[in-house]
Amino acid sequence: MIQFSEEKFKKAQEIIARYPEGKQKSALIPLLHLAQEEFGGWLDVPVMDYVAGLLHILPIEVYEVATFYTMFNMKPVGKYVLEVCQTGPCMLRGSDQIIDHIKNKLGIKAGETTADGLFTLKPAECLGACGYAPMMQLGKHFKEHLTTEKVDTILDELRAAAKN
Amino acid sequence: MKLLLENAHIEGIRYYEAYRKHGGYRSVEKALKMTPDEIVEEVKKSGLRGRGGAGFPTGMKWSFLAKPEGVPRHLVCNADESEPGTFKDRYLMEFLPHLLIEGLIVSSFALGSNATYIYIRGEYAWIPDILEQAIAEAKNNGWLGKNIQNSGFDCEIYVQRGGGAYICGEETALIESLEGKRGNPRIKPPFPAIAGLWMRPTVVNNVETLAAVVPIINMGGEEYGKLGVGRSTGTKLMSACGNLNKPGVYEIPFDLTVEEFIFSDEYCGGIPNGKRLKACIPGGSSVPILPTNLLLKDSKGEARQMNYESLSEGGFATGTMLGSGGFIVLDEDQCVVRHTMSLARFYNHESCGQCSPCREGTGWMYKILKNIEYGKGRKEDIDLLWDIQRRIEGNTICPLGDAAAWPVAAAIRHFRDEFEWHIDHAEEAQTRNFGLAHYADPLPVVTA
Repeated sequence: MIQFSEEKFKKAQEIIARYPEGKQKSALIPLLHLAQEEFGGWLDVPVMDYVAGLLHILPIEVYEVATFYTMFNMKPVGKYVLEVCQTGPCMLRGSDQIIDHIKNKLGIKAGETTADGLFTLKPAECLGACGYAPMMQLGKHFKEHLTTEKVDTILDELRAAAKN
Repeated sequence: MKLLLENAHIEGIRYYEAYRKHGGYRSVEKALKMTPDEIVEEVKKSGLRGRGGAGFPTGMKWSFLAKPEGVPRHLVCNADESEPGTFKDRYLMEFLPHLLIEGLIVSSFALGSNATYIYIRGEYAWIPDILEQAIAEAKNNGWLGKNIQNSGFDCEIYVQRGGGAYICGEETALIESLEGKRGNPRIKPPFPAIAGLWMRPTVVNNVETLAAVVPIINMGGEEYGKLGVGRSTGTKLMSACGNLNKPGVYEIPFDLTVEEFIFSDEYCGGIPNGKRLKACIPGGSSVPILPTNLLLKDSKGEARQMNYESLSEGGFATGTMLGSGGFIVLDEDQCVVRHTMSLARFYNHESCGQCSPCREGTGWMYKILKNIEYGKGRKEDIDLLWDIQRRIEGNTICPLGDAAAWPVAAAIRHFRDEFEWHIDHAEEAQTRNFGLAHYADPLPVVTA
């Protein structure tokens, strides 16, 4: 059965309380972030239905929002999602080469996940780190001033972390 | 003179103790002794213009707020910073969170907002923690919560993360998103000042705008208004990126020349590897790109300055806009066709799909630009692109249509020969770039 951990459930209630009575739907996007964190990095239909139940709204109201925002994954993703920015300012600083390097190194195309389920490459549009380009988002944080060597180090570190 | 980032490098300024020690929250003390209308009047006098991109006078926006009896009003802080090239609000929130919170408290008091929301782009996932820490510290010290500083005014600030949609930087899309819906912009009127968040009167302001309220109250609107040039008052945060020696966030005076901003060591430190300047998009990716010769001098031959009026001198024929302050620099090795293609892909990706000129047009523009970039362009494609962008501009509910049309229009307007070369030399264009051609006048030398 799909259910938030006690800690996440408390957090969800706290978020819902930020909005006036009857406006609990406003908590939808924050709750979807919580759900994606909790349930494997993507939003399966039962997960979205669970969120709908928490907010007393129709499941369709959750689906239409979840599919609109690019941060929500509608399909399973790898343990680590490499979201490499490819928009103008990053392109000027060599993001094309960074994306190509990751594709070659991992043997996957954009949007694909490695066979071991470790990495998904998700080229992204501007993430607001233009002055520190090229960059990628990795979970909650940004990896900036990327070079191909730095990407190699990051991938090695993630592989090691996944083993532990 | 720095008004916002003066204390940015003080150790511990992110935390309450250091921030307060260096004069933090003085503007709240002052504001709570004034009436809300007096605060609005100070902001009007300051001439502050919205720093998110549109440059609309903030005091005027505030004065539009409806105040029907018994209906709560809301202030919403737009921290959805998503315009390519723009990362100044991120800097402000990361390093000076209390400055934003202070500005929000004063502005909430002025507007009568007891529940104020910061809507931050979802990708800035670590920043809500910083802001929430600052909010908690402010609350513990009596600046937030019930009856703040015994003023009788209650104020709470909440942070909400978005889901990764550029369109939510548009204020009505932001409000929709804050209500837990898709980020589809609303048809105006009614304007948010009448019916905004939960159909209540709402003001939506950018992070930098709300932070600027702090120095305005501290020094007085009139003094603030004396800084700057003409209708560009105060200071501006610029986020510089692209081919620069020192990209980053800078607070600039409005009389700074573009040339000095790019080449002087105090600011961006010039172009790396001795390369020459080809072009620049000075106000975020949606404003017109200018080749060097038009960028550094306006149509009257005057040195162009970093302010609203000077950058837009000459209209779109020879000028551009200050926009959000996302300053993108292209060196001589960059390809304008490829860069424009990347921006077209961005706007296509970010179109909410509500209006057909934008939904279909952005996709067509991206496809055509991709064809040209990859050697499959036809001569008539350039005019076709021009035609499409012209039919998007002004024909959509929100300004995303214009934002998508302008970069394509300006690239064709000023770099048409580069597009033609790409089409005529399809194979050669796959192996080398067009280069500088006549776009740059002899490089001016600036001595810092």
